[in-house]
Amino acid sequence: MKSGLLAAAAAAMVIGAVSGAQAGATLDAVKAKGFVQCGVNTGLAGFSNPDSSGNWSGLDADYCRAVAVALFNDPTKVKFTPLSAQQRFPAIQSGEVDMLSRNTTATLTRDTSVGLNFAPVTFYDGQGFMVSNKLGVKSAKELNGATVCVQSGTTTELNLADYFRANNMSYNPVVIESQDEVNAAFFAGRCDVLTTDASGLAGVRASVAPNPADYTILPEIISKEPLAPAVRHGDEQWYDIVKWVVYATIDAEEKGITSKNLDQFLNSQNPDVQRLLGTSAGMGKALGLDEKWAYNVIKTMGNYGEIFERNVGANTPLKLARGVNALWTNGGLQYAQPLR
Amino acid sequence: MTDNVHSAAGAPDERPPSSSVGLLGWLRGNLFNTWYNALLTVLIIGGLMRVIPPLLDWLIFSAHGFGAQATECRVPDSGACWGFVGDKLRFIMFGTFPYDQQWRPLVTIAIFIALLLASCDRRFWKPWLALLWAAGLAAVSVLMWGGVFGLTYVENALWGGLPLTLILSVIGLAVAFPAAILLALGRRSDMPAIRVISVTYIELIRGVPLISLLFMASVMFPLFLPTGVTIDKLLRAQVAFIMFAAAYMAEAIRGGLQAIPKGQYEAGDALGLSYWQNMRKVVLPQALAIAIPPLVNTFISFFKDTSLVIIIGLYDLLGTAKAALTDPAWRGFYREAYLFIGLIYWAFCFFMSKYSQKLERDLNRSHRR
Repeated sequence: MKSGLLAAAAAAMVIGAVSGAQAGATLDAVKAKGFVQCGVNTGLAGFSNPDSSGNWSGLDADYCRAVAVALFNDPTKVKFTPLSAQQRFPAIQSGEVDMLSRNTTATLTRDTSVGLNFAPVTFYDGQGFMVSNKLGVKSAKELNGATVCVQSGTTTELNLADYFRANNMSYNPVVIESQDEVNAAFFAGRCDVLTTDASGLAGVRASVAPNPADYTILPEIISKEPLAPAVRHGDEQWYDIVKWVVYATIDAEEKGITSKNLDQFLNSQNPDVQRLLGTSAGMGKALGLDEKWAYNVIKTMGNYGEIFERNVGANTPLKLARGVNALWTNGGLQYAQPLR
Repeated sequence: MTDNVHSAAGAPDERPPSSSVGLLGWLRGNLFNTWYNALLTVLIIGGLMRVIPPLLDWLIFSAHGFGAQATECRVPDSGACWGFVGDKLRFIMFGTFPYDQQWRPLVTIAIFIALLLASCDRRFWKPWLALLWAAGLAAVSVLMWGGVFGLTYVENALWGGLPLTLILSVIGLAVAFPAAILLALGRRSDMPAIRVISVTYIELIRGVPLISLLFMASVMFPLFLPTGVTIDKLLRAQVAFIMFAAAYMAEAIRGGLQAIPKGQYEAGDALGLSYWQNMRKVVLPQALAIAIPPLVNTFISFFKDTSLVIIIGLYDLLGTAKAALTDPAWRGFYREAYLFIGLIYWAFCFFMSKYSQKLERDLNRSHRR
């Protein structure tokens, strides 16, 4: 009897878990509670950081808002859960957050054993090197014997070791826990080379370096860090929504549609544009959303280029160039699958 | 006798040599009395001369005031940028609490400090102090959560800064303290079951680092719950803190209990007091007085340990300062940030240690020899 009860309880839990992950369940649950619970970084400049009055800003935070706009046509219908690197996967697996938009690199193990589905990449990053011009180095291949400032406990540190070993070079690591202190150590001359993600290097050079012109970012990029929003396995409809919200912003940029000129396109005869803006029906219904979902996202949040420029672009303190994050038509990697 | 008077009147005291009185005498007596002390003095003065002027220059003379913008501070050779603290003050103090409602956490801080100060005065050590605390904590929860009296509801995921640090540490210590007394008594109990439970609990909790308890509470625990059921993150962290503090304080109190001579227990028994009366009236007042130094030690380290919640994504005082540093416009001013919150932590800890010294003097009068 007792074991029977236990088995029943276990079965109920399994059923509960399965029904929790049923297709459409997340969308219904999110609609019922009226907001998207979005996991973000506890603080990463330009991607998700609270401003002086405590509002979240940044590229990752804006993609949380974009999903909220697609669902509710209201960018405030989102609650942010700041997550540390260790917490992020349990938080998405346990359902504490509905989506993860936390500068997370898409990898095979995260896609499989961690149980995530990755939406399209919102930021292509990769590890690079910055040196002082005084060193006279033009390539990372000339860094044999250099002293390298690096943050501890990150893939950055591992990539660095791999790269130097693969090229039969030696180096002296200066390992520090906080990235800010790593940067300070580099500019104080404690090491020859600073290594972190290329986006970070550009930002540091622009905002922390005493004189940005004195420093060069070497051309070698030694790792691939495609950062993408993610949802948990098991709810395909919710995954589709997050995925196509990202594609819609990229697609809009490809078509030259911005938050400013959006309404001029409402009369467009181009069937692609009509499908995107919902003037010809079908796309919204397929996702289980309002037909105006993409229109609302672009109107409120802007296209991919606008989101990029607003948070990390040339006019922000980070001063990042589009680089590989330019559209494929401009020699970058951003490419939207056709919205049809 | 008369001779003495005579000689005193006849020969007035001579002044000591000028080299042994006044500033010069003090210098000779304390700083230059031997050749190695003189050498050390010179070296230390030299060191201070090298350190102090640049430090003052950085802190004050070349520093930019609280109204400064980041761009003004980013000129070469400029000192501290207090504009960072000025701009981020409210975020560091109150975290992501809604901006226009931030008077509420401010009042919360005031209530906590008032409660703590009241509890420090021995004249207030009366039964109604518990009522005062209950009223204060009720006021704090109304202020922080809201939802009544026309205050907008603020979920505790948005709490942060100093109020969060105070809530975690003060409530944690207040709940853990009685639990610790019970655990300490349980560990010395004659009843085997109670003793085994107490010993197991204390040794288990003390055997793991706080950070792993926090991880268990915030990362592992939700995975055991059915999907959709979530227990509040702050509550989980608070419970982990209470469990941790209770185990450590129990050991401090046990030390106090062991220091009480057996005669005191027997005297209580001889008076016909029950176990609890004996503990309450005879043993614990003496044991707790002895245990003050290790207890305050636990309090201070526990107050600072609350900053570990950063790893589970809660913004305590240290967390808000770190998050404030990630604002793209204000990157790199971490010296100012850490100095500022260091000062806040120091003020609290210094007060605790000074107060405990005073309390120790007051309560241990009988032990003074």
